[in-house]
Amino acid sequence: MKKPVNIVIAGLGGQGVIKASDILSEAAFRSGFEVKKSEIHGMSQRGGSVTSDVRFGPQVLSPMVPPGEADFLVVLAPDQVEVNRGQLRAGGVLIAPDLIDASKLSNRKSFNVALLGALSAHLGLGEEKWRAAIHSCLPEKLHPANEQAFAEGRRAAAAKKLEP
Amino acid sequence: MNSTERQLLSGDSAIALAALHGGVALGTGYPGTPSTEILEYFSHIGGKAQWSPNEKVALEVGIGVAYGGARSLVTMKHVGVNVAADPFFSVAHTGVVGALVVVSADDPGMASSQNEQDNRRYAVAAAVPMVEPADSQEAYDFTLAAIEISERWKIPVLLRVTTRVCHTQAPVLPRAAVPPPQPHFEHDLRGRNLIPSNARPAHRRLRQKLSELTDWSETTPLNQIFSGDKKLGIITSGVCFMHAREAAPDASFLKLGFTHPLPLKKIAEFVRSVERCVVIEEGDPYLADAIRAAGLKVESKPEMFRFGELNVDRVRRILAHDPSPEPTRPPGKPPELCDGCGHHVVFQALKNLDCIVAGDIGCYALGVLPPYSAMDCCVCMGSSIGIGLGLRQVLPPAEAKRVVSVIGDSTFVHSGMTGLAEMIYNPPPTGHVVVILDNSTTAMTGHQEHPGTGRSLDHAATGKVIYEDLGKALGIEEVRVFMLGKDCAEFQQVLADALASEKQVLIIARRPCVLAAKSIREYEKCALANGGCCS
Ligand SMILES: Cc1ncc(C[n+]2csc(CCOP(=O)(O)OP(=O)(O)O)c2C)c(N)n1
Ligand code: SF4
Repeated sequence: MKKPVNIVIAGLGGQGVIKASDILSEAAFRSGFEVKKSEIHGMSQRGGSVTSDVRFGPQVLSPMVPPGEADFLVVLAPDQVEVNRGQLRAGGVLIAPDLIDASKLSNRKSFNVALLGALSAHLGLGEEKWRAAIHSCLPEKLHPANEQAFAEGRRAAAAKKLEP
Repeated sequence: MNSTERQLLSGDSAIALAALHGGVALGTGYPGTPSTEILEYFSHIGGKAQWSPNEKVALEVGIGVAYGGARSLVTMKHVGVNVAADPFFSVAHTGVVGALVVVSADDPGMASSQNEQDNRRYAVAAAVPMVEPADSQEAYDFTLAAIEISERWKIPVLLRVTTRVCHTQAPVLPRAAVPPPQPHFEHDLRGRNLIPSNARPAHRRLRQKLSELTDWSETTPLNQIFSGDKKLGIITSGVCFMHAREAAPDASFLKLGFTHPLPLKKIAEFVRSVERCVVIEEGDPYLADAIRAAGLKVESKPEMFRFGELNVDRVRRILAHDPSPEPTRPPGKPPELCDGCGHHVVFQALKNLDCIVAGDIGCYALGVLPPYSAMDCCVCMGSSIGIGLGLRQVLPPAEAKRVVSVIGDSTFVHSGMTGLAEMIYNPPPTGHVVVILDNSTTAMTGHQEHPGTGRSLDHAATGKVIYEDLGKALGIEEVRVFMLGKDCAEFQQVLADALASEKQVLIIARRPCVLAAKSIREYEKCALANGGCCS
């Protein structure tokens, strides 16, 4: 059995953590993988910590990323980086909010999708799967802004990879 | 969307889809995490779904549906079953005609609940069959199985799920929809009138059904054996199967999907077939106790794992007899009341007046956290009024006069109305003050409608309970409606006057939830334009 890819997305309520994990799991599902996406949600109020676990691969059993076994940790809020760092395995990749320059986004609310763009540079899922996932998870009027944010994130991650 | 294509669904959505494909005529329930999305999704995909004022009424409506020969799905969170327990136990005795599937969504770890009760105990106590899916596919399949079991044995079935099953998205391959039965009423006076002379034979019939179900449980494919290494056997159910299979991929497994009545012969055979047998379950040692009571030797988890959810790491620890302290995650940021939420003003006033606050459950329970720290108790839905009255009855007058009951609008309709009846029937000597925080929605669980909003589950206009009229009709001495603004002083004055009056006072503090306000305006506009219809 090949191990699944483990991703934890973290942020604060209202930032779009769950939406980002919806898009990610949809992109992985459309790429033919088994997928499980799990989070604790239910509170309406904004501002509290939110995390969502996404696992995909040829087989996924537990829906939760085991503690300290995340291959990728995507964090939307600067103050949530340290709280969640323990989720990452040794050698895992942190995608932190400071990677993205929010002023370059046509809509700042697409910050979550910009970070997905950055994540996508590491995952090898087809770009057309990502586009289809964005389209299926968001209303049409938000598609242009989110595609732009996704491309910006992907570009930022590629640029960072090139850094010495 | 092709309905028989593989799709990514949460366990909640999978239950809803199965209800649709299984011919459920009406879904009823009361919101509660993690069950809420079942009825929302059922309605979204074309099923008929209704929010009831509370779980008891939801189940009673469901019983009516099932007596009428149609199929019924009733959804609630675990504590909702406490509210619905009275009809639940008795409908097990009367039996049903159409299917009656009751979903109990348990919350091990209490992600958003006030207690960690394990509702598998209800299946035993009420003597009903229980199924426990482990993922979204099983949530779909087992809902259909529950409908079949319910109609075959004419008995309500408990579909027990947990937060991780409800809120995990995973692929589901649906089946073709089956045609629903035609509703039709047949009198059965002796079967359904539980006066003692009828209830006695009804209890015997119920036990007979359970004994047949025990035989059936030995052979049903809902209970599966995965043969592996005979050195370690694991007996498990629900999502724990997934954690355990990942933690010990080579072990042998008995995965129980039908967990009441238990297939004790099959379990005995399995226990004997392996060298070491461990029961892996969340919450209470429900399986372990039953298996040991049958004289079988199995290991159960140490007490430290009764608390919270299990995960792969915790299962590894149980299997390795590792009692070392578990790593703790740094605490996250707790949620806060939204900016502009009407609850701010009320809690500021309660704090300024140094009130003793019998609180309730909802967003406003955040009033217990700083900066307000202005709530003295929060026990179960509706309890604020009774507890406030009890405090008023016994505290010395100087303290009694500071007691206020604070309750949300949805919670008030759920189980606060009988508290008001108590207030006029047994009035405390110093009077009492009840504040209804009317934000025109059930905010806490994601903005559901309720009988006080005047909109049904799909947000179409419908009849509306008016609290001020209700309070007056009940005979409350003073009923006041206050439109909350940003400023606290005026509300504080109203509250201070109410406390000083020593009368029975009902204050309705009104301001729509800021997160829901925009949608509410749209529903209202839509209702005006369409003459009541909005979806
Ligand atoms: C018996 C029971 N059913 C459901 C719930 C889940 N629940 C907690 S509070 C609440 C309602 C909150 O609505 P409201 O009283 O209007 O307060 P708001 O959140 O809008 O401030 C619900 C449904 C529960 N805790 N107990
Ligand atoms: S969701 Fe609504 S009721 Fe809850 S804290 Fe926010 S504004 Fe207040």
